[in-house]
Amino acid sequence: MEAVIKTDKLTKRFGDFIATNNITFEVYAGEIFGFLGANGAGKTTAMRMLTGLSTPSSGSATVAGFDVYRETERIKKNIGYMSQKFSLYEDLTVMENIRFFGGIYGLSDKAIKEKSDMLVEQLGLASEKKKLVGALPLGWKQKLSFSVAVLHDPKIVFLDEPTGGVDPLTRRQFWDLIYAATSRGVTVFVTTHYMDEAEYCNRISIMVDGSIKALDTPYNLKREFGVGSMDEVFYKLAREARRSAD
Amino acid sequence: MRTIRFLLEKEFRQIFRNKTLVAMIMVVPVVQLLILPLAANYEVKNINISIVNHDNSDYARHLITRITASGYFRLTSLNTTFDEALAHIESDEADLILKIPRNFEKNLVRENKQKLFVAVNAINGVKANLGGAYLATIIRDFNQDLMLEWFQPSRTSQQPVIAVTPTNWYNPYLNYRLFMVPGILAILVTMIGGYLSALNIVKEKEVGTIEQINVTPIRKHHFIVGKLIPFWVLGMVVFTLGLLVGWLAYGITPEGNLGLLYGFLALYLLAVLGLGLLISTYTDTQQQAMFIAFFFMMIFILMSGLFTSIDSMPSWAKVISRLNPVSYFIDVMRMVVLKGSGLADIIPHMGAVFVFAIVFNTWAIVNYRKTS
Amino acid sequence: MRQFLTFIKKEFSHVLRDRKTLLILFGLPVVQIIIFGFALSNEVKNAKIVVVDYAKDDVSRQIMNKIEASRYFELEKRSLAHHEVEAGFKEGQIKLAVVFPANFGADLLHFNRAQLQVIADASDPNLANTLTNYLSTIVMDYQLALNENQAVPLQIGTEVRMLYNPQLKGAHNFVPGVMALVLMLVCVMMTSISIVREKELGTMEILLVSPFKPVLVILSKAVPYLILSLVNVASILLLSVFVLDLPVKGSVLLLFAESTLFIITSLSLGLLISVRAQTQQTAMLISMMGMLLPTLLFSGFMFPIENMPKVLQYISNAVPAKWYYIIVKSIMIKGLSLSAIWKETLILFGITMFFLMVSLKNFKIRLA
Repeated sequence: MEAVIKTDKLTKRFGDFIATNNITFEVYAGEIFGFLGANGAGKTTAMRMLTGLSTPSSGSATVAGFDVYRETERIKKNIGYMSQKFSLYEDLTVMENIRFFGGIYGLSDKAIKEKSDMLVEQLGLASEKKKLVGALPLGWKQKLSFSVAVLHDPKIVFLDEPTGGVDPLTRRQFWDLIYAATSRGVTVFVTTHYMDEAEYCNRISIMVDGSIKALDTPYNLKREFGVGSMDEVFYKLAREARRSAD
Repeated sequence: MRTIRFLLEKEFRQIFRNKTLVAMIMVVPVVQLLILPLAANYEVKNINISIVNHDNSDYARHLITRITASGYFRLTSLNTTFDEALAHIESDEADLILKIPRNFEKNLVRENKQKLFVAVNAINGVKANLGGAYLATIIRDFNQDLMLEWFQPSRTSQQPVIAVTPTNWYNPYLNYRLFMVPGILAILVTMIGGYLSALNIVKEKEVGTIEQINVTPIRKHHFIVGKLIPFWVLGMVVFTLGLLVGWLAYGITPEGNLGLLYGFLALYLLAVLGLGLLISTYTDTQQQAMFIAFFFMMIFILMSGLFTSIDSMPSWAKVISRLNPVSYFIDVMRMVVLKGSGLADIIPHMGAVFVFAIVFNTWAIVNYRKTS
Repeated sequence: MRQFLTFIKKEFSHVLRDRKTLLILFGLPVVQIIIFGFALSNEVKNAKIVVVDYAKDDVSRQIMNKIEASRYFELEKRSLAHHEVEAGFKEGQIKLAVVFPANFGADLLHFNRAQLQVIADASDPNLANTLTNYLSTIVMDYQLALNENQAVPLQIGTEVRMLYNPQLKGAHNFVPGVMALVLMLVCVMMTSISIVREKELGTMEILLVSPFKPVLVILSKAVPYLILSLVNVASILLLSVFVLDLPVKGSVLLLFAESTLFIITSLSLGLLISVRAQTQQTAMLISMMGMLLPTLLFSGFMFPIENMPKVLQYISNAVPAKWYYIIVKSIMIKGLSLSAIWKETLILFGITMFFLMVSLKNFKIRLA
């Protein structure tokens, strides 16, 4: 299988604090790769290094074949990103946000038009498309955020706790969007707290105190730890954590 | 280039969506320009004087009449002791004290020489200097007339006299507003541009939207240019409004070429906005950006020559004022608007501002990091 | 009370954690006082001047030398042609031109009368006025020296004493002014921004649903800023005395008491703004754009208030910085006691009460 993300002993230090410690893994094209861990385990830091927002302290990694040290701008052409903190413009309307990010990614006017019409249709936002994004409920904001992140058909999309704080129904709908994206060949790299969501992933890794403690399919992990659910796998690993959650 | 178009679209939408902001940008400068030049007035008149008169003579009375009739002085009090008059100075009711000694007239005639005593509240140097000078002039004139009265005209005319005839160019009526309006307009345009640009990027940092921008393949200089142009346009609009106020309210029309003024402004705004964006890239919160912008703005305004002359600063302060873009703008405004200076006259200013623009913007682009 | 202390502690840690802001808060007044204390003065000196000499005789040369020797003027060029004067003015360097007509010395010798033309760049009227005055004095002195051998009858001399500030240093005037300006703006910005920030972030609601009186929430925000500002007052005063050689003639204690009052005035104005403004940006623009120039102008340390139109004189009464400026000047430089400034103190107090009442009223309405 073709690996679109490869890391080798990737490390990030902030002074004495080692946020991610020698992590090594591969993500294959077309899969949904779950990145699990307690708060403060180093998930977001790892993701920021892979998206080119933060320079690693040591180790190496490539994303879509490009180096995370030297080719961050080329990586950015090939990825989409949805941050933990909602980061579309609240003082722009739905359509204006889509148009802006489409433009930044270099889509043609025609493509922007088609995509945005399709998008609002798909999300059921047709009647809200002239509303300011700040006025939308959180669930819709998250779905819109995701759609904007995959607007330019990236090879890989990074999602940082995309479903935090939304209701179960919306979470279900959100995962439908993720599946739709993978069916178009997009690789999904997602961090989450929800263990039921972990079950939706093809493979998952679990981080504890900055290191990857387990990496396999949900089925294999459950078997390896001899438990019936991902919840229990997670508890077994997270109990060993020495860092307190933030 | 396409990217910049989308950035501009977004920035303009955001600015115009914030109605309070737009109102403030447009209304505050206009209101301040209408009011402040009336307050900024150095024409020294109404100097308050307390007179301690110990001599009940005609000469003393004539002198007092001279002073009060001059139009520069307002008699606060006639006191019998110096201490009483000093109390008026302490309470700021009087700026000057004139003391006429006992037997002033008698001794003047007998000894041909007398001294008057003047005490000036010198905390405010301008008033002290000018007030003292005016009083000295009045006393001198009074003295001359006395001499003429006592002696034959033929005797005095034997003394050589040099008559100084002053001419005031560009502002013959010495109207202080002519001087202040262009300067205050320059400050207002600078404040609008400086504050808005300083706050802009840092706001995106605080809200978190900058992350979404940073994961896109956007070029850094496109981003900075996209941030620069909207405020550049706003600066031009505010300036135009200000010129209109200057014309309608104060009847000031530029003596020089309007195109030249706008040409300079175009360059100047790039420098100011570049500085604002630079501050923005160095700070994490709007609060920080605001305080730093405030710090620079205070120094820029007070060291710009708007209120106090740069010529009379110590040499190290002159160096600071040379590093102050605002001083160039104020200078150019006054030169072009009041004196009709041409391109050749302001070439040095343009050069300086051009260098500022290049340095600040390059620095801002370099310091804006998409990757931390 | 315990709760209140907890809140104050929280506010303090907010303030102390943000190192950049802290550095600015303490650094800003210090740097500004030093710069302005040394750099600003209304004294006119080293003004550039050109001489157009058509006479080229001894008298014109002697007067020129006198001009050159004066510290007010810097002789830029001699004997240019008349039309070059305008070019000099337009270039902006030259402030004054003196024209000696042809036969200047001869006229003085034969007719006892000569004309000297002085052209000022009056775009700055004050400067033009002052320079013309200085030049006339120089010429007058020259003339007196010529007459020295003849006894002049009925001479009235004047002896001038400069009170409080014999060297006419700018600092005496500008330090109290800049002090008022900086304290005012820093306090207003700090309070308004920090409260609006909590509004924007939504943490204000959390504080308001706590079983804690809203008034105390506000009060606990003000305490750290009050202390910070008093530290600033202290550092400004130390600098003024030890670096700028300014006197503190009156009571230091009184000065601090008045400063505390003024800081509270400013903090309550910040509160008033924060009750009104919805976003940090608006709060900042109001406190910066809206306040910087008006405070500067209406406090009276730049321009005499009695020169302003009546309406503006009334407006200036509402500017707290004006009263504080008068108070600081009176205590520091004139060495007066409370009996001389009780009126100003009372006015400041009244303004403070007004700000507090209006903002608390608005605050309650918003809660209801």
